[in-house]
Amino acid sequence: MALSTPQRSAEAAAAVLAGSASAGRTRGERVFAVLLLGATAVSVLVLGLLIAQVLLDGLARLDLQFLTSYPSRRAARTGIRAGITGSLSLMVLTAAVAFPLGVAAAVYLEEFAPDNRFTRLLEANVANLAGVPSVVYGLLGSAVFVYLFQMGRSLVAGALTLALLILPVIIVASRESLRAVPQAIRHAGLALGATPLQVAARQTVPSALPGIFTGTILALSRAVGETAPILVVGAVLSRRSDNVPWGLLDAFTGLPIQIYDFVSRPQADFREGAASAAILVLLTVLLLMNSVAIVLRNRYARRW
Amino acid sequence: MSEHPVIGAPVLVGDPGDRPPMSLGGRPRRGEQLAMALLALAGAVTVLTTVGIVAVLFFDAASFFREPVVSLWAFVTGTEWRPFGNPESDAFRIGVLPLLNGTLLVTGIAMLIAIPLGLASAMYLSEYAPRRVRAVLKPALELLAGVPTVVLGWFAVDFMTPVLRGAFGDERVAIFNAASAGIVMGIMIVPTIASLSEDAMSAVPSGLREAAYGLGSTRRRVVLSVVFPAALSGVVAAIILGIGRAIGETMIVAIAAGGMPQMTANPFEQVQTMTAYIVQAVRGEAGPGSLTYESIFAVGALLFLMTFALNLAAQRFVRRYREAY
Repeated sequence: MALSTPQRSAEAAAAVLAGSASAGRTRGERVFAVLLLGATAVSVLVLGLLIAQVLLDGLARLDLQFLTSYPSRRAARTGIRAGITGSLSLMVLTAAVAFPLGVAAAVYLEEFAPDNRFTRLLEANVANLAGVPSVVYGLLGSAVFVYLFQMGRSLVAGALTLALLILPVIIVASRESLRAVPQAIRHAGLALGATPLQVAARQTVPSALPGIFTGTILALSRAVGETAPILVVGAVLSRRSDNVPWGLLDAFTGLPIQIYDFVSRPQADFREGAASAAILVLLTVLLLMNSVAIVLRNRYARRW
Repeated sequence: MSEHPVIGAPVLVGDPGDRPPMSLGGRPRRGEQLAMALLALAGAVTVLTTVGIVAVLFFDAASFFREPVVSLWAFVTGTEWRPFGNPESDAFRIGVLPLLNGTLLVTGIAMLIAIPLGLASAMYLSEYAPRRVRAVLKPALELLAGVPTVVLGWFAVDFMTPVLRGAFGDERVAIFNAASAGIVMGIMIVPTIASLSEDAMSAVPSGLREAAYGLGSTRRRVVLSVVFPAALSGVVAAIILGIGRAIGETMIVAIAAGGMPQMTANPFEQVQTMTAYIVQAVRGEAGPGSLTYESIFAVGALLFLMTFALNLAAQRFVRRYREAY
């Protein structure tokens, strides 16, 4: 359009607005918007289908017997007791290792680390670790914990592997939470004569704690659903006794491991009934953990 | 560190603008020095993890390639993967290409699903969604991202495979096949691509949009010709990270894609990926020193190299879009 005067350009604009060109344009607009919404809905719909399928297949099989039985060769008598105790024990031990390490590393990086090469290396490294496939952590755990440190295919080897896996997640979440604490709080503490460490221990970290807990719970919920790393470390597919957190060197299993075991069996009763019921339990646990994390964040997190 | 007179009075990192150095000059108590060292040690654990991963993978992979029956050349060029056979016989072949083929086939299918769906979701959430719709869709996508992969694997065999067999015929679609695993994996990766791309699109200054609207552009033109190109490096980073996740994903393929390594481009046949081989091999009792155990690490090293390269590439793109505005 070669427009020379304001008046002509206004006329041209009016013509475009009124003309047939605009009808085609708005239809194209609407089609495009609907396409985008449709594409966004697809993945949400698949999630809905998945949940419906779990409920449909799983609810019928889920009962007290299923929750309290050890695995059996017969699908009707099998259960996930070993998986539940195993996952709980793994979670307790993983948290006991990953939480203090992750928070300490975050406090160091956020509050004390000098801006030098070591610090930059640490930061780049945390970002890179987040992209390492979880099965590779399993290889690390197998070579280092199981064989080099001679822990065997034990609960503690599995928990340490999971702890390393979620450490970067906890560090990133804790740093964000620490960063949200205003500088004024630190300055006030220092001005009153507290040492930097005292400021961190008594002011900064306690203020950031709700956010740190939220991040840790979310990280733990990821650990609970992980299958590949503990499978590589040597979790038992079909274990007929309980795990306890203090039985460090016991053989172990977990709920995802039992799901994998059920799914890989040829009989439909295992694939559909038992697997779905176990998945229903796992998803419920994860949903609960996520809800707790969100409540924690909304109720206790301070807005500055 | 040596330039600082004391460890306990360091410089706070973060935004240099609002964080002046907290140098108090005083000498920290000995207990404080110790505490500070412990904190730094915790940070060092993450570095040890990386060092450990690299050392373990390459040490064990190296001992694999030192085995007399194994050669690096055969590994990277061989088109048959039969690592469980008698090493002295023809039943033993260690060409990694069939596993690589399986990984790339499933990843390709996954990206065919994840890229269009992920980018459309990002565009919709960033430019179109009314607040109320967004408040439903965002958490739903986050929920999807939190579903354990073993559950997605079950969904692939229990739901997707029957659907595919119904649509294309039982005789064409194998019970375990690359398509079913790839499609479900693609859905799994949608939240990754959507959320990172949306971040990149939201970071495009609104001045660019307003200028385009001022010139008479429709919303579609603004999205496709202004926002999308401006966010491109962030979008590319999101896609690269998505590819990395697809390559490293284990349980979906271990459950749904089958266990037969082969050179095929047919999505309805069964394949074995690198990750699925690792799972298959560890289900045996193989320990250190055995050929099988070492082969896991050779495959793992290749897997790590691929995802590491993708990560570095993604970070480069992310840095570029952060610097742009």
